[in-house]
Amino acid sequence: MTEGWGREALRTLGGPLAALAVLVAFNALFTPGFLELEIREGRLYGVPVDILQQGSRIAIVALGMSLVIATAGVDLSVGAVAAIAGAVAAVALRDGGHAPGTAVSMALGASLACGLLNGALVVCLRLQPIVATLILMVAGRGVAQLVTDGLIVTFDEPGFAGLANAAFLGLPRPLWWMVGLFVATAAIVRGSNLGLFIEAVGGNAAASRLAGVPDRRVRVSAYLFCAGCAGLAGVLECSYIQAADANNAGQLLELDAILAVVIGGTALTGGRFSLPGAVLGALILQTLTTTLYMQDVSADVAPAPKALAVLAVCLLGSPPLRARLRELARGGGAAR
Amino acid sequence: MLSASGISKSFGAVRALDAVDLRLRAGEIHCLMGENGAGKSTFIKCLSGVHRPDAGRFTLAGEEVRFRSPREAEAAGVSTVFQEVSLIPHLTVADNIGLGREPRGFLGAIDGRALRERARRAVARLGLELDVARELSDLPVALRQLVAIARAIDVEARVLVLDEPTSSLDREETERLFAILRRLREEGLAVLLITHFLDQVFTLSDRITVFRDGGFVGEYETAAIGREELVRSMVGREFAEVERGPDAPGASGTARIEARGLRRRHAVENVDLTVREGECVGLAGLLGSGRSETARLLFGADRADGGEIRVDGAARRLEAPRDAIALGIAFTPEERKADGLVLDLSVRRNIELAWQARRGLALSRGEAGVVERLVRALDIRTPSLDAPVGRLSGGNQQKVLIARWLALAPRVLILDEPTRGIDVAARAEILREIEALRAAGTAVLLVSSEVEELVRCCDRVVVLRDRRSVAELSGAALDENRILEAIAAGHD
Repeated sequence: MTEGWGREALRTLGGPLAALAVLVAFNALFTPGFLELEIREGRLYGVPVDILQQGSRIAIVALGMSLVIATAGVDLSVGAVAAIAGAVAAVALRDGGHAPGTAVSMALGASLACGLLNGALVVCLRLQPIVATLILMVAGRGVAQLVTDGLIVTFDEPGFAGLANAAFLGLPRPLWWMVGLFVATAAIVRGSNLGLFIEAVGGNAAASRLAGVPDRRVRVSAYLFCAGCAGLAGVLECSYIQAADANNAGQLLELDAILAVVIGGTALTGGRFSLPGAVLGALILQTLTTTLYMQDVSADVAPAPKALAVLAVCLLGSPPLRARLRELARGGGAAR
Repeated sequence: MLSASGISKSFGAVRALDAVDLRLRAGEIHCLMGENGAGKSTFIKCLSGVHRPDAGRFTLAGEEVRFRSPREAEAAGVSTVFQEVSLIPHLTVADNIGLGREPRGFLGAIDGRALRERARRAVARLGLELDVARELSDLPVALRQLVAIARAIDVEARVLVLDEPTSSLDREETERLFAILRRLREEGLAVLLITHFLDQVFTLSDRITVFRDGGFVGEYETAAIGREELVRSMVGREFAEVERGPDAPGASGTARIEARGLRRRHAVENVDLTVREGECVGLAGLLGSGRSETARLLFGADRADGGEIRVDGAARRLEAPRDAIALGIAFTPEERKADGLVLDLSVRRNIELAWQARRGLALSRGEAGVVERLVRALDIRTPSLDAPVGRLSGGNQQKVLIARWLALAPRVLILDEPTRGIDVAARAEILREIEALRAAGTAVLLVSSEVEELVRCCDRVVVLRDRRSVAELSGAALDENRILEAIAAGHD
């Protein structure tokens, strides 16, 4: 890597890291029992562990979302895709008596098909990404309902349930899935020239095409990958509650994922992305949710303070505001 | 009627207009001419209140005016029809004509009948027969253009400004538009027309003002100026010396890239040209003559409708730039910021881009030192290789683009206006680099609006006019006057 990399990472991740620190500090002071951890049967329990467990699912989707957003697109269908994946896995376990591995493969296969559809609509038919993926966002839930016959599908398969509920090295498994996905994605995207292609296509599609970048394939891959991430999140949710609920699985997941990406410092205009930023953004979002819950803010009111906090983080990243703050800081230090 | 004096406008460090003047009389059609980057559009935007000039003043009928928005300009009688037709497709003709100034009836509701009546009058004034209740999107583009004009003169317009109104019209539609403009002239309107079609200028206009590089060049009576003189005033520029290197061995050898009867709808109609190994061929012509379009076709950036492209003697179908790159063709586009560079990415990444793209999906290891070597060789001045390329000056950005292709060692290099908007020193360096590549055996196709540049750099020059190749000059015949003659010649 180049020398400026460390400083560059600090510049983009500084804001989110500070926000997370502020949140944790607030909780340490004002939320009783927030930082308490205990070990039972070789497994760690406590609020921070719950946050990591819940946040992992958002982070997994945010990883996929950040690549789509980097190509100057967006994927609104991740919630619906997660619902489809959960439904496919649950039905395969219940009716087919398939092994957990097979069920997961079927679920991920269905998700990738969804991603291919999104990619084809955006790249071949040149629909705007927001419109193209809105189609599946709406229709996908219907598909999931068809798969489950409109019922909540339950199953008895300890192996599958373990995907999300068991622990590894004392920490919940979803966290490890997320870490594994993060490492693999970072290795592939930054280790190959795919990352360059994604940023080039998102930054200037016309110029990338004229430089010979396979822009169509790059964009389709991003939608495929994002749908795969959504599918994994759907499988984990299904495993966690040991049921598939086509109506509620992955509800508002698209907004959480987009927010996580934005909080992590990735601009929606495309051309840049930060995988650590996406993960951090997801954790901030989940910490915020848990904080409000523990502060007894009712679930109906919770979105308002949540939105304010998100606004604050985003404002910290706004170039005009940053320039203004810098100016103020300098002016304050000078003549007066 | 309207006069502008000393109008200046800068965008950041770029001076788009430098103290330009223009005088428009009532009852005349006045053409504003100039090549790309001359400042025509910026001037019109200053005049119509879209931009505010940094210096200078406009006077309308003797009074100084300062418009803060197109609406204010319209209210004062200065109406502008911009290049991109700014109408709303899903409204009716009458709604479009009256938009933003609807007659109000009872309780402030829009008076539909009065609106349609007024629209009918405006349309009739242009001599059009048109149902004003039709939706605009049902009409062909040419009629929409006329509706835009009807909208412009619906207010008590004294000055009508048209920015390239004929670029999407065919010959018959253009004639119709001209008839209307003549009619408006007789009514005493002052019409300011931006166009780059010489024929139109000479058939229609009374007087001409020429801008070049943001500066005022001159004001001419159309009847008193010749075509060549006009073209010369538009394209002349100061020039840097380039020393010609030795010819590569076997320079007059094999044809690297050829076009035969190349055509693409709305772009080029019939273009023939050949570029051989170790040869620099120029492509001359005015804006709109098809010069950039030809370059794009040869690179596969656009697909040809007909004709043939031969690379190294074999006919090829170029579906996408990747096909051309695989054959050893490279291309730097005219709009380097829009089509060339990824401005947010670093200098290093921009230089690597084509090279990495040719490798396909692979480990992101750069070839050690290639970028550094190119940056040194082309003397690209950048604070660091990791600085975003958007922060570099125009000349250095152009060098980054050239470096991107040099990393691939192309056998054919197509350059579209590589020196536009670049300072004299950087321009000389770029031209020297092109000459060095030619001497090393690269086949170079140089698209340029600067005739002098073509004469000094090229072995041969192909001249395009009205989207066709009309002349090829080489050897002793290759001089400025011959090129200008070929560019300016009228229809037979």
